[in-house]
Amino acid sequence: MEINYAIETNDLSIHYGNFTAVKDVSIKIERQKITAIIGPSGCGKSTLLRAFNRMNDFVPNSRVTGEVLLHGNNLYGRNVDPVEARRRIGMVFQKPNPFPKSIYENIAWGARINGFKGSMDELVEESLRGAALWDEVKDNLKESAYALSGGQQQRLCIARTIAIQPEIILMDEPASALDPISTLRIEELMQELKKNYSIIIVTHNMQQAARASDFTAMMMIDDNRSGGVIEFGETRTLFTRPTDKRTEDYVTGRFG
Amino acid sequence: MLFIMKRSFDLSKKPRPGESLIEALLFAAGVLSVFVTVAIVFELGKEAMLFFADPDMTWVKFFTMTKWQPGIGQYGIWALVSATMTTSVIAILIALPLGLASAVYLSEYASHRARSILKPVLEILAGIPTVVYGYFALLFVTPILKNIFKDGIQVYNMLSAGLVMGIMILPLIASMSEDALNAVPRSLREGAYAMGATKLETSLQIVLPAALSGIGAAVIVGISRAVGETMIVAVAAGAGPNFSFNPLDAAETMTGHIARISGGDLSYNTIDYTSLFAIALMLFLVTLTLNLVSQWIVNRFRERYE
Ligand SMILES: Nc1ncnc2c1ncn2[C@@H]1O[C@H](COP(=O)(O)OP(=O)(O)OP(=O)(O)O)[C@@H](O)[C@H]1O
Ligand SMILES: [Mg+2]
Repeated sequence: MEINYAIETNDLSIHYGNFTAVKDVSIKIERQKITAIIGPSGCGKSTLLRAFNRMNDFVPNSRVTGEVLLHGNNLYGRNVDPVEARRRIGMVFQKPNPFPKSIYENIAWGARINGFKGSMDELVEESLRGAALWDEVKDNLKESAYALSGGQQQRLCIARTIAIQPEIILMDEPASALDPISTLRIEELMQELKKNYSIIIVTHNMQQAARASDFTAMMMIDDNRSGGVIEFGETRTLFTRPTDKRTEDYVTGRFG
Repeated sequence: MLFIMKRSFDLSKKPRPGESLIEALLFAAGVLSVFVTVAIVFELGKEAMLFFADPDMTWVKFFTMTKWQPGIGQYGIWALVSATMTTSVIAILIALPLGLASAVYLSEYASHRARSILKPVLEILAGIPTVVYGYFALLFVTPILKNIFKDGIQVYNMLSAGLVMGIMILPLIASMSEDALNAVPRSLREGAYAMGATKLETSLQIVLPAALSGIGAAVIVGISRAVGETMIVAVAAGAGPNFSFNPLDAAETMTGHIARISGGDLSYNTIDYTSLFAIALMLFLVTLTLNLVSQWIVNRFRERYE
């Protein structure tokens, strides 16, 4: 049973100093599915997502209570090496952040530090194909990644993430800085990727969540400004027959 | 309503005396600094030309002789350049690794507490007058070296001066490099960590290369400081031109020589006098070149982060 879940959380709360940004989240995220996290700005979507690969470790004063289970192991357990965990759980950021290296090196670097031994050329090609970028860059692999357009850079960031073959890919508004065409390409890409990966995506775009995701988590803040998941379930159900009035207001655009 | 309509149609120029006054003052300040620079170079060049015009002085002698004593026809600039090069190289060998290491530590590793202690210490180091460094070299470092090398080392030597000069420019290189490292956006580090990189891998393989242009500029500025530094070498390196690249020898740098000779009694229009301007012009050209190289490095390797 457990094997069906990519990530499970139990009473997960995330604090910045005395402020509880995310409170008591208990959800089960399915394998090889796309799970969207939606909710108004400041409700803790990014905070929750970053808790899944221990990115909040770098925020001074941040603290996590509760559990994030990966194969039944608590990600915040005593013996867990966060570096090792991040190798299993890749992340694509809101703004494309390629490394100041060549296109080729952007992909090879991550693989190399992760101890990849096989043919690097093949891995680079495979990853770029996987991110639907190969045809556009195959003749310029030695060029700086900064020469690419924003949408291409974002696909490069996806390519370098799949090059380290994580189990889960986290995406924080990966298309918010992109034009509609690039956005569609990323969405198509996600459908392709979910065959091999579990994807969790934060998005502000209701159509995108409805269109592209299998499951949706709706977040909202309470009276103490702490965010929580108020509704979680299959995307179709959540968008057509929400049980919570606040979800209905939000997905139909009647809320901020 | 009518009032608004009237205003929005009036596009005629308005006098703004404050603006023009400030603009004029700023312009004057700019012109002044350019003027001063040009005047200095002109003076330098004028006297130096007298030296280079001397029929006995030839470029071949200037660049191939190994002795410098213009009064008796020895024009080998290398006798001074060798010491400048030796001390500067020693200084950079000390300051670059240490400065870079402290910069990486300060920007990537140090806790708030450690930073709040280390930064002021570095600033103090940068604020010490160079004459103090000079006597520190002569009275503290040289005796230590003497213990190590025994008779192999002279009382005045380039090693001691170079080492201390390295300590002097360390804070400069550290703080400029740290600025460069801090300018690397956080998103780049997060990108690396998200790939499962360790802190060391992130610092050395992503952040450091991303800051390379700034670090390159820091190194060049450091070299310029070392080449131009006067007091430390005048006090500790030796008094007398000596064509040698051996750090254990005494030798006089270009700056040290100018300081010593111009401090003695010197009559105008002698070759000794004009020769100082020739050395100064050479120094000026070296630092100018270094500055141009550093600007080129910064522009050439400037990273755009998005
Ligand atoms: N580093 C931090 N230190 C302190 N508080 C923070 C920090 N990061 C986020 N917060 C707070 O946590 C709450 C949730 O922020 P978060 O960025 O997770 O929201 P979000 O849902 O991703 O918003 P958006 O949709 O605008 O990206 C906010 O109240 C925010 O002010
Ligand atoms: Mg966010």
